[in-house]
Amino acid sequence: MAQRERPLSPFMHYRWQYTNTLSILHRITGVLLSGGFFLLVYWLAAAAAGPERYAAALTCLATPLMQFVMAGALFAFCYHLMMGLRHLAFDLGIGFELETARWTGWAAAGAAIALTCVLWIALHASLGGGA
Amino acid sequence: MSLRSPLGKALGHGSAKSGSAHWYAQRVTAVALVLLGLWFAASLACLGSASHEQVTAWLRSPATYVPAVLLLAVGAYHSAIGLRVVVEDYVGAKGLRAAVLLVINFALVGAAVTGVLAVLRIALGVAP
Repeated sequence: MAQRERPLSPFMHYRWQYTNTLSILHRITGVLLSGGFFLLVYWLAAAAAGPERYAAALTCLATPLMQFVMAGALFAFCYHLMMGLRHLAFDLGIGFELETARWTGWAAAGAAIALTCVLWIALHASLGGGA
Repeated sequence: MSLRSPLGKALGHGSAKSGSAHWYAQRVTAVALVLLGLWFAASLACLGSASHEQVTAWLRSPATYVPAVLLLAVGAYHSAIGLRVVVEDYVGAKGLRAAVLLVINFALVGAAVTGVLAVLRIALGVAP
């Protein structure tokens, strides 16, 4: 049977650029957020288990490794939220023009980093007074 | 080799008219999660690293436990649909794909139920 020229998947022949970087990051942060969901449940379950278990959970969350995981989950949350808004606009047919797509992409990424910093500082503002 | 024509093979296997259901549900839950996510982010920022007493007092208010339960339920569903798309894109083997999806769905439902019960136990005052 003759081998026909089959169409290739986009990633096989598209140049790597900001559009697909932002897009794949949306997917990656979505997967990371699913992990963050278990972190949220862990926190709630610890709160329901009483003061001692809650204090133990906070101690566990304060280790450098868990702080890194929490910072990652927080960034994933902010990025997925901001880029999600951009994707919802795309679904309405808004923002496909190259110029618009470019600035909304950078704006969403910038807003995600800014929101991550604000939330991280707010989360640690009362550290020491807790538990 | 089959003697049936490509058209003959395709006939009768048309759209089940439900192809866009997951796509649409992903968008509906996304809009809900924008609101619930902003609420949760603002709440966390206000709570900081609050004491157990402060956190449980916060969770005992209806203005907290209603959105909290919604966040857990809608979040788990949004996550389940999203992870399904990712798994279907990257896991080719049918058996492995089914197994991975099963584990993901079991884990998400288990986590959501655990979270909702934790919120309810605190809200109803049965938690220590």
